[in-house]
Amino acid sequence: MKKILLVDDEPNIIMALEYSLRKNNYDIFIARDGEEAINLIEKLEPDLVVLDIMMPKVDGYEVLEFLQQHEELKSKTQTIVISAKHKENDVQKGLELGAKDYIKKPFSMKKLLNRINELLTDKQQNL
Amino acid sequence: MLFLIAFYAEKNKGSKLVSNPAVYALSLAVYCSAWTYYGSVGMAATSGVEFLTIYLGPVIAAPLWIVILKKIIQISKVYNVSSIADFISLRYGNSKSLGALVTIVCAASIIPYISLQLKAVSETFEMVSTSTMGIEGTSVLTDSTFYIAILLAAFASFFGTLSLDASRNRTGVMFSVAAESVLKLAFFLIVGVYVTYYIFDGTVDIYNQAERQYNLEALSTINGLGGGVNWYFSIVLSFLAIFLLPRQFQTSVVEFSNRKQLKTSIWIFPLYLLLFNVFVIFIAWGGLLLLGEEVNADYFTLLIPMKFGDYWLAILVFLGGLSAVISMVVVSTVALSTMLSNNLIIPYGFLEKLTQSKSVNNTKTIKTIRRISVFSSIILAYLLYSIFDPKLSLFSIGLISFLIIAQLAPSFFIGLFWNRGSAQGSKVGIILGLLTIAYTYLLPFITENILSNSQFVDEGLLGMAILKPYALFGVDLLTPVNHALYWSLFLNTGAYLVISVIKKGNYRERNFGEIFVNSQKVVDLKENAYVWKGEAYVEDIHNILIRFLGENKADKALRVFRQRYEVNPDEKLADARFINFSERLLTGAVGSASAKILISSVAKEKPVSLVEVLKILEENKETISLNKSLEEQSDKLMKLTSELKSANEELKIQDQLKDDFLDTVAHELKTPITSIKASSEVLSEDEEMPQELQNQFLSNIIQDTERLNVLINDILDLEKMASGRDELELKPHDLTDCVRDAMNGIHSIAQQKHIDVEFLPSSHVVTEFDYSKMLQVLTNLLFNSIKFVKEGSGKIEIYLDSTSENIHLKVKDNGKGIPQEDLQLIFKKFYQSKHQTYKKPQGSGFGLAICKQIVEMHGGQIYANPKLDEGAEIIIQLPKSEL
Repeated sequence: MKKILLVDDEPNIIMALEYSLRKNNYDIFIARDGEEAINLIEKLEPDLVVLDIMMPKVDGYEVLEFLQQHEELKSKTQTIVISAKHKENDVQKGLELGAKDYIKKPFSMKKLLNRINELLTDKQQNL
Repeated sequence: MLFLIAFYAEKNKGSKLVSNPAVYALSLAVYCSAWTYYGSVGMAATSGVEFLTIYLGPVIAAPLWIVILKKIIQISKVYNVSSIADFISLRYGNSKSLGALVTIVCAASIIPYISLQLKAVSETFEMVSTSTMGIEGTSVLTDSTFYIAILLAAFASFFGTLSLDASRNRTGVMFSVAAESVLKLAFFLIVGVYVTYYIFDGTVDIYNQAERQYNLEALSTINGLGGGVNWYFSIVLSFLAIFLLPRQFQTSVVEFSNRKQLKTSIWIFPLYLLLFNVFVIFIAWGGLLLLGEEVNADYFTLLIPMKFGDYWLAILVFLGGLSAVISMVVVSTVALSTMLSNNLIIPYGFLEKLTQSKSVNNTKTIKTIRRISVFSSIILAYLLYSIFDPKLSLFSIGLISFLIIAQLAPSFFIGLFWNRGSAQGSKVGIILGLLTIAYTYLLPFITENILSNSQFVDEGLLGMAILKPYALFGVDLLTPVNHALYWSLFLNTGAYLVISVIKKGNYRERNFGEIFVNSQKVVDLKENAYVWKGEAYVEDIHNILIRFLGENKADKALRVFRQRYEVNPDEKLADARFINFSERLLTGAVGSASAKILISSVAKEKPVSLVEVLKILEENKETISLNKSLEEQSDKLMKLTSELKSANEELKIQDQLKDDFLDTVAHELKTPITSIKASSEVLSEDEEMPQELQNQFLSNIIQDTERLNVLINDILDLEKMASGRDELELKPHDLTDCVRDAMNGIHSIAQQKHIDVEFLPSSHVVTEFDYSKMLQVLTNLLFNSIKFVKEGSGKIEIYLDSTSENIHLKVKDNGKGIPQEDLQLIFKKFYQSKHQTYKKPQGSGFGLAICKQIVEMHGGQIYANPKLDEGAEIIIQLPKSEL
């Protein structure tokens, strides 16, 4: 079972995401901020991180930078950014830091699920 | 004694006495020569009060005199003018020939005048010495006048030529002149008092006695129209003389050194003249009564005391007269010698020689030339004196002097105010004026007095009545002097104006015309006011300067110039400013005409057209005013720029804040929307979801819509307050009630989190405030504290106290505190501290910004206490309203 780490400081969003992804047979872990996220990434080495940007303490960009700096984690772990930051340069920054996709909030749950499935199947095929 | 005074003054140049402005004013009294001293009494005795005109002119004109003098001094000081000849020749473009002509006019006026002085001295000396010591002089060698002349010549040539630069002040000479002015006035007053109060019984007594014997009517009043016109002309004549007499120009312009002098002299000089004339009329009448009309009335002041055996007084009077003579002769010859050397001898004879020899020799040569001129003019005067007819009165010779010098008036005065006047017009005018004087005054004077032939006067030239010298063209209302003055000045001025209008002067004349007319601007512009086009090398000009000023002075001058105008020392070509600067330096040494010749010997000058002159002058004026206004503008701009910069900084910050604000608003709005959207999607797609989870999602959606609502209300609130559209509902309430209400509002949450909230009021505080808004503030602050304190051990304290003017309300907690750098920022809209662990569980991020708005609307302040070791303390200070 693929491991997905959900990172967001909004519990209500997390709850909806968690419910949907579990139903799609993913193993779900949750972090409430960037710091927690980095700890869990190191510990779990998840297949995918669904990452919010604006969070207290350590924000999403910093998490992406952390992944960039760790080659072995980067090859295993893909990221999808979900953020309310909507400006073009915010999107650009996220993609440059290695995110596979940048999905603006409010997102469509269906689309997000499709993207996640795609990414995780692609990865399977590559392996 | 004279030498001693002069020495003293030269040595003590800086001392208070010597530099006193009164010295300047008194030195102006060199105007009162022996002619005044003896002659005015003679005049009063023979023609009545007319003598007064000579002194009334300067007195009446004093205010005007000061105004014009200021202008003249300004120009003279800028251009190192050393004499009136220099001044006039400079005005007409450094005209060499005009300078020479003016010099000749001055010489023609001064030398007879000096001989007149010598005549006075010798006659009075004779009178005093024959009656006191019994000595009688006949031949040249035994003639005391000769020795007096030699002595004067020595004094004048030594002190008058101490410095090469003729435009420099001669402190020594001027101080002794001032001292002599005091002496002569004192002695004259003594003899006046003596005659009036000692010999006679006061002024009334003299008047009564005189009235019985003479026709006082004629002597004490102005006689009809003719008399009035004569008065008028005499006053004009003396007014002109006060400017134009070389000795007056010397004392008033060349020796001028500071502004205070003018202020002092505006009252001292007229006062001096008035004092001098108080007793004249009484001495004259007294003399007539005592000595009769046969005696030379000029010497009443000597003869009266001698008649009564008071020889000491006669000697005093003689000494007074002598000092008048000495100062007049010395100043006049100094002025004349400067003119002779700078405007006649050097430019016409020595210049070439001077240019070739070395500087040390040059200084010597120039000084020698001056000394010889001083000497020879006095000797010439002596020779003239020895051929004078003793019958000639002092007064009439003096008037010739005045007449001649008055011919400079049109060129001098009109040139000051009319830029069109040309050198040629000036020359023709002066010559025509001189010829007129010769015909209408000198010629008849000689034929009548020396040849004793009255045919010429009575019948006119070749018997034509219209050419009668004393009544030219039938004008016979005036006395001979005024008649001559009228016609000479008329023709002089006429020729000057007509020729100036018909023929334009060359560009130099026009340039200086502009400069003299706009003298104030010249002072501001200095070197820039010079129009010159051509090619010259700094090196060549420098060499000339060395030759005439010496190596040290020339080098220093060059350095000064370069420093003043920030000119590059490597610059080889001289510009107009340098040409002008050097010319001015040389003017002081050799006169303006010679200076011009010297400079043009090394500078290839190109003629400048009138259009160019005017343009350059205009530009100069404009540049100066432009520069000034530019300077002001740039100052203003600088200020504006810095204001704009800080405004821009402020705007940038504001802009950034607005950006952040919008970003945050968007984020804050999107977050609950995202949650609502995601939850509804989940609910709609999964029909098998357990009831319990369904309820949870639904309650999340409700919570998020509520959050959206609060957020929108907050934004609206804040904007309403910020734009000033929100009004407070001010009513008197007790603040403690408000605090308790706020505590009740957060009670359940606090209890849930086990946070202790305590209120510590010092008393009830009743004041006017908007109850619901203040409640919002307090609720906000309490929510904030709850957010930052630890669950379980959290403690919040509220303090309230008041003075007569202020209310202090503090909300203190034991949470994690506010980082130093955030103390100010937390009150900005939507500022979210990076140090915030969790985002606002409730509220919107506007909390403190809204609090700040509300408190400030109440006229109060809200801030975080910066001096706190742990926890946070927000302090609200409100003004206490008077109830």
